[in-house]
Amino acid sequence: MNYWPLLGIAIVVIGFALRFNPLLVVVGAALATGVLAGLDLVAVVEALGKAFNDNRYISVTWIILPVIGLLERYGLQQRARAVIANLRGATMGRLLTVYLLFRQITAAIGMKDVGGHPQAVRPLVAPMAEAAAEMSHGTLAEEDREKVLAMSAATDNVGLFFGEHIFFAIASILLIQGVFESYGYPLTPLQLSVWAIPTAICAFLIHGWRIRALDRRLGRAAR
Amino acid sequence: MIDYEWLYILTGGFFVIWALLSARDGKWGNAGFWGLLAASFLLGTHLSDFANGVLILAMVAIAGFGLLKRSDPPTTSPEEREALSEKLGNRLFLPALIVPITAVAGTLLYNYTPFGETGLFAERRETLILFGIGVLVAIAVAMMWLKPPVLAPAEEGRRLLDSIGWAGILPQMLAALGAVFALAGVGDIIGGIAGEVIPRGSVFLTVVVFALGMALFTMIMGNAFAAFPVMAAAIGIPLLVEDYGGNPAVIGAVGMLAGFCGTLMTPMAANFNIVPAALLELKDQNGVIRQQIGTAIPLWLCNVAIIYLGAFLPWN
Repeated sequence: MNYWPLLGIAIVVIGFALRFNPLLVVVGAALATGVLAGLDLVAVVEALGKAFNDNRYISVTWIILPVIGLLERYGLQQRARAVIANLRGATMGRLLTVYLLFRQITAAIGMKDVGGHPQAVRPLVAPMAEAAAEMSHGTLAEEDREKVLAMSAATDNVGLFFGEHIFFAIASILLIQGVFESYGYPLTPLQLSVWAIPTAICAFLIHGWRIRALDRRLGRAAR
Repeated sequence: MIDYEWLYILTGGFFVIWALLSARDGKWGNAGFWGLLAASFLLGTHLSDFANGVLILAMVAIAGFGLLKRSDPPTTSPEEREALSEKLGNRLFLPALIVPITAVAGTLLYNYTPFGETGLFAERRETLILFGIGVLVAIAVAMMWLKPPVLAPAEEGRRLLDSIGWAGILPQMLAALGAVFALAGVGDIIGGIAGEVIPRGSVFLTVVVFALGMALFTMIMGNAFAAFPVMAAAIGIPLLVEDYGGNPAVIGAVGMLAGFCGTLMTPMAANFNIVPAALLELKDQNGVIRQQIGTAIPLWLCNVAIIYLGAFLPWN
């Protein structure tokens, strides 16, 4: 077997590690992989062009930026912080745990589009988490502030990934069903999606615990 | 019938405006980059595959030479924002809710009421199209209510777009890389290697290799969907299901979730890990991944345990 195409993976790993521009790394890896697999350069460029074109729907989501930017111009982030400041007993730990649960449950019933990074995390969840952390621990060091923002984004991801799989009409479930069916194992989407529940519970417990742990660490840093 | 082509023309229009505003601002690198992306949206369907490929190479060259800059169009000061937030109150949240509500409620209505029988939207395309409609409605509502300068939505959008920069097309580029990997047979090679390193006779170790393969291959490809068919064909179905008699539903469902743990740990899953770091203006590009590793590893261990206990124990 020709193992040379794996060099493309090595290019990706090394390129990311050395912090080259990721777009350069990805295109370099694509060209190298295709050529090493015995395709000619024109064919690789064509394959790249076709796949990029077929996946344009991925970048459509950026049309939401004017909405977010416009509302931020009128103080949306400040509003999100003010809501938290007026909420008695709000801590970063409680806030992000509630958001984790909300994201898992809404995704599990098929509403995976209610959260997301441009729509919810940047304008709402992250400023709220920062405001809550500052209420408990005072002004945060820059490094700690970044941790709170990053944890807000991480919470959105964990909630989405380990919630949406419970919904039976989601692409991942349909893919599993299709693969097993092609090997002669017919499964129903519901048979598969119930098995996402144990992992969803583990995800809530583990990530919820880590959110609280970050909150406690910030408290120790503040003293 | 409304299909993605309509959405691509709308999106292309947005990027044309951003390219023109960048040019007016004297940021030629940004103007070129977003202009080429606009061309991809507006003309991509009619261009040859090779022309689309050359278009990508040109965009990557602009980004690679560091010609994409942040921009700073005129906006309100933090003090003004504080005062506006006080004055406008919680009503500010309402326009932000228009987009998700249009997408979610519209999808539900389209799928479960006679509205779907109108055939207004192309099949399985309704959510993203409704998202686009929601964006237009939200901009219109915010413009009528807040009465900002006419160019404000475009300029505020450009500020955010330029803070994301090249990361904005990384997810789409990685999808294209996945297609080239598939064409070059990378999946078959990895599957072959994974199939060979299995210790014969140990169910538990086979489960571990299957779950580890899912996580690692997902980290390489940036999403579990590319890894799943390969690992299922190499280990999941021939060994775990056929040789050891495991429950296929558990192996399939939880195997995929082991892959999702890999998604949390890789910069290749750019839209979940790299784009948010740019959106939140973090100094550390891998800041989000750093917060996720501590969740992903114990959760992966849970998945191994769930596959082993769920797929095998009740049958022994």
